[in-house]
Amino acid sequence: MGQVVLVTGVAGDLGRRFAAQLSGAQEIDRVIGIDVIPPRGDLAKADFVRADIRNPVIAKVIVRERVDTVVHTSVAATPAAAGGRTSMKELNVIGTMQLLAACQQAPDLRKLVVKSSAAVYGASNRDPAMFTEGMNAKRLPSGGYAKDVTEVESYTRGFARRRPDVAVTTLRIANVIGPRIVSAMSGYFRMPVIPTVLGFNPRLQFVHEQDALDVLQHATVSETTGTFNIAGDGVITLAQAVRRLGRPSLPLPGFAVPAFGSAIRQTRVADFSPEQVAFLTFGRGLDTTRMREMLGFEPGYTTAQAFADFADSVSPGLLAHDRVRATEKALVGVLTSGGGHRG
Amino acid sequence: MADAEIIPLGTRGRPGRGTGADKPSANSRNLAGGPAPRRTGASRVGTEEVHVPRSRTPVEPDGARTVPGGSAEPTRQPSPTSGERVDEQSQPIEPDAPTAISTRTPVTTDHRHPGRGIPPVEWLSAFTGAAKELFGERWEPRLAEFLAFLRRRLTGDFVVDDYGFDQEITQQFLLAALRPIAEKWFRVELRGTENLPAEGGALVVSNHSGTLPLDGLMTAVSIQERTGRFLRPLGADLVFRLPLVGDLARKGGATLACIEDAERMLRDGELVGVWPEGFKGIGKPFSERYKLQRFGRGGFVSAAIRTGVPIVPVSVVGAEEIYPLVGNIPSLARLLGIPYLPITPFFPLLGPLGLIPLPSKWLIEFGEPIRTDEYDEGSADDPMLVFNVTDQVRESIQQTLYSLLMQRKSVFS
Repeated sequence: MGQVVLVTGVAGDLGRRFAAQLSGAQEIDRVIGIDVIPPRGDLAKADFVRADIRNPVIAKVIVRERVDTVVHTSVAATPAAAGGRTSMKELNVIGTMQLLAACQQAPDLRKLVVKSSAAVYGASNRDPAMFTEGMNAKRLPSGGYAKDVTEVESYTRGFARRRPDVAVTTLRIANVIGPRIVSAMSGYFRMPVIPTVLGFNPRLQFVHEQDALDVLQHATVSETTGTFNIAGDGVITLAQAVRRLGRPSLPLPGFAVPAFGSAIRQTRVADFSPEQVAFLTFGRGLDTTRMREMLGFEPGYTTAQAFADFADSVSPGLLAHDRVRATEKALVGVLTSGGGHRG
Repeated sequence: MADAEIIPLGTRGRPGRGTGADKPSANSRNLAGGPAPRRTGASRVGTEEVHVPRSRTPVEPDGARTVPGGSAEPTRQPSPTSGERVDEQSQPIEPDAPTAISTRTPVTTDHRHPGRGIPPVEWLSAFTGAAKELFGERWEPRLAEFLAFLRRRLTGDFVVDDYGFDQEITQQFLLAALRPIAEKWFRVELRGTENLPAEGGALVVSNHSGTLPLDGLMTAVSIQERTGRFLRPLGADLVFRLPLVGDLARKGGATLACIEDAERMLRDGELVGVWPEGFKGIGKPFSERYKLQRFGRGGFVSAAIRTGVPIVPVSVVGAEEIYPLVGNIPSLARLLGIPYLPITPFFPLLGPLGLIPLPSKWLIEFGEPIRTDEYDEGSADDPMLVFNVTDQVRESIQQTLYSLLMQRKSVFS
């Protein structure tokens, strides 16, 4: 008898692909994906139930289908994804509350996995280089995604207290990147000219999209409980990332960034919310010792490899690696051979 | 002095440049709307080609016009006189040029295009010459290395560690730029460098002074020079809030001064530098120089005890005098969000020139390491022990400061 898993937020790219991947796993009997709108792609062997997690109907689904594992992946990161900040907050916070209330009533439930985000740590100049799971944000988020995530996590902790028989795993996943994922970060790096904050060069950490799916699956089938940081090894700086893409960057002075950000947000190309700007100013690093030692998960891609995989999918810019290398070769050839003639 | 030895310098008094003559130049006379030119220049054609050769001929001043005392400065004094003469001859050319053009077929000046006449081979040899000058005899591999370095920087093909430390740029640029300052400007003299461990974690604790944290930079340069190890400074959060400064600090190996980062670095076996006095030390008035301020809350000691690394006390003498802080504008500093706004004898007064540090003579002494590995990890939470070790470090630095001050002959030598 395998697990029966309920996956929320399957309309999202990551949620859908996770449900599809999980439905092929051996330990899993059945995967039920729910969301308010049908997924835009293939769900493989997973079933889709159209339901709103903000609605008590969800409790009936959980009880009737004898769900023993709930994977909550529907915390939306950008207002654009949820259709405005108000509905984003409602989906994230009220949705989680309703889902957890339903879970509390479910007698068969054994496991809850919440996909949280590293945004819970915020980003400021007072941050330590690497956040461990025991640390909190140095500046409490005043709004937006970071605040949503903080509230989602606090509700999750409350749930874990009330249902000690349910194994609760919270995954604080760093920015997911990869050739296929659509996220705030991938949108940002796909811009033809990448705006940066003048004089700041944040450290970034990435998780490859496949690793993100794998770690969700790992957490779903394993017995481990707790809160874990999920990130690829190493960091790269923003300047490094931009140069690896071969794209020009546009450094904006700090005071101009908020105005520019709200203009960019109108275009929905990329997200420039205040916490995103803070992230692009100060960066963030996650300590992944617990991920390795307690959760027993080893990401397949380092931060640099994940970014390289993403960069391969982006059309190279003016200063692409090949061009620079060719220029260098030509220069060395001409100069050294010219020097050779003269002895 | 023989006339033949006179070397013509300058413009030879052609109009349009200040010649140093007692007469104003042609341009200034024209501007001032002075009297009409004395001679008509119809016979002369106002082109470069005509009078350029003339001006290049060394004009020998006749003795009658030589200014008395000209023998003292033979190369400079004749110029005005000879310039004057050339001036007189060629002076009318410019004002009357339109007349000349109207009566005669215009003679155009050929502007040489600098690139056209020089064959590529010449360019190449000039370049190889420059490369030899820059990189020495083995310039070919080194030039290739340099281009590869440029390519790596341009394509982001380099590594930074978890704290953002970029070893390549630190070694090639930051330390290379600071080394001459340490050696030539401050003439840093090092003592007790054998007290720095060659490997493994250690906590370097130093006094802090000098309005700007140059003492930290100089300590880092000296340590890298002697031991080849990179000092990893712990900086205040202000450093990481400032644009450019924060970026450079992280590239140079710094990270935030907090228990978590200190312990993480020490566990990784890094040489970590702390300045526990913080802004109290660096921003203290000149009258309180070489008086150690309070050593924070002793967080650095508990980090060292918890990781069992030795504490190396460092005393820096000389940094107090680089920017003598004689005043402060607290209200403006608060407005700008910085801990103090220094007034030095030169700073706001001379503007950016006031930012040049005074060339005081520096002595840096690395004291005997204070071992912490005999305490067990739990004693890091014993406040009494932490205070005692903090005081021990502080006393050690203060005593060394006094003895170094006694040894120093004067501030600047």
